[in-house]
Amino acid sequence: MTVLEVDNIKAGYGDTEILHGVSCRVEEGEIVSIIGPNGAGKSTLMKAILGLLKLSEGRIIFNGRDITGKDPDQIVKEGICYVPQSDNVFPSLTVDENLEMGAFIRKDDYKKRMDEIYQIFPDLKEKRKAKARKLSGGQRQMVAIGRALMLDPKLLLLDEPSAGLAPKLIQMIFDKIIKINQTGISILMVEQNARKALEVSHRGYVLAMGRNRFEDTGEALLNNEEIGKLYLGE
Amino acid sequence: MDIASRIPQLVVYGIISGSIITLGAIGLSLTYGILKFANFAHGDIMSLGAFVALFFLAIFRVANLPTQPLYPLSFGLPLILAFILGMITTGVVAIVIDKILYRRLRTTGSVTLLIASVGVSFVLRNFIQFVWGPQPRYYIKKIQITERIPFLGVRIKPDEVFIICVAIFLVIFLHLFLKNTKMGKAMRATSDNMDLARVSGIDTESVINWTWAIGSALAAAGGILAGIENKFITPNFGWDMLLFIFAAVVLGGVGSPYGAILGGMVIGLSGEVSTAFIPTSYKPAVAFIIMIVMLLVKPRGLLGEK
Repeated sequence: MTVLEVDNIKAGYGDTEILHGVSCRVEEGEIVSIIGPNGAGKSTLMKAILGLLKLSEGRIIFNGRDITGKDPDQIVKEGICYVPQSDNVFPSLTVDENLEMGAFIRKDDYKKRMDEIYQIFPDLKEKRKAKARKLSGGQRQMVAIGRALMLDPKLLLLDEPSAGLAPKLIQMIFDKIIKINQTGISILMVEQNARKALEVSHRGYVLAMGRNRFEDTGEALLNNEEIGKLYLGE
Repeated sequence: MDIASRIPQLVVYGIISGSIITLGAIGLSLTYGILKFANFAHGDIMSLGAFVALFFLAIFRVANLPTQPLYPLSFGLPLILAFILGMITTGVVAIVIDKILYRRLRTTGSVTLLIASVGVSFVLRNFIQFVWGPQPRYYIKKIQITERIPFLGVRIKPDEVFIICVAIFLVIFLHLFLKNTKMGKAMRATSDNMDLARVSGIDTESVINWTWAIGSALAAAGGILAGIENKFITPNFGWDMLLFIFAAVVLGGVGSPYGAILGGMVIGLSGEVSTAFIPTSYKPAVAFIIMIVMLLVKPRGLLGEK
């Protein structure tokens, strides 16, 4: 079953169009990566899916429902949660409170979900009462992802989850992404760290100049010579 | 009397005026934290609260509510009821102003909002003057005798003890609200990062409503307490307090309600204590100098973060 289908969308900031017709899809249970050079429109695509940018053309279908033009809070309620690249935690709130804010729209008891998230990120458990500001970069990224998981979304959007992290932590974050995916959450991520991202992805897209360039399985993209030369820095 | 022996009494005055400034400063800091603009109408919101309470007092007089003072205070039940109703009404008015004006300007940037708030300030002040006239209006006609506090050697009126207690109560109430309720936490989250709040599913419009309501209700409380302290109110008094409130907010750290409490007390105390050394008319200058020094030395304020 297709969880997300982005159909030939055009979007940008003000009069500047960044995406000139981009399509992609995420099947249930998949990890899908979008790679490409700086300025390709990767983050713009994320914002367009979440409704932070309005489309000038194209459609976005989630779970069989047309979500084109909806506001971010409605899209979150539909079951898409998003982790921005930077400023993705509430610094003056504690770890617990950050997670609680992720569950803001839940009316039921979310304590069980919180425990599950602390099982995925055991390091955070000891820091529950610490303000997010005091955490290390890696811990902060875990809080950010944990917050987005509180609603138990069908689809998780990750914008550069490994940005600014030390190499050791990058591996840890990708391991966590696989673990989250195994709990049944489909993942669409944008990554600068293309090689690592494709290694853990079922499928990938290469975006350049706001257009689709390649689409294949993660493995095939990794083994593609042209992509290796142009986008993986070989 | 030498200067040193006057200081304990001035500290008492400082705590009283600090309590009033603090209540104004909290609201200004809250709205700044979430909407990112300096609300120049905040002082006039204090005046509005004080005059709305006056309006309720008049109604209670017509309704023949028992007016005998609640010993040892110099005022009775009507003023306490008017106090509560004044806070609520002012909170509602602030939400209405937001819906009519600020909401439409939300995407235009903070300078537009700031200038709009200057306009709101004029409208409120002139509305008050139009309805109640320019002359001082009295809350309490009775003159109260100060009581001596044993051992400390300072004098204070029972009404002033009331003012300090109400301010402490409201500050504790706000603290518990921000720390323990879902809406309080959402207010802090929205103040940290409005975009992230929105993509987390937080209803930021209702957060904004709560912020206006709480900030303005506290401002109204400050205005009414100022009326109790001075016995009378004028249409300009809130506007005249704005400098002290801004100084308190800048000193404590813009956007931090706890900084506003600290800043409010420091501004109140330093203003009163300074009168031991320099003429009383320089009180605003003291606040102004503290604000400028803080901006030069630590622009984020004492408790400012980020």
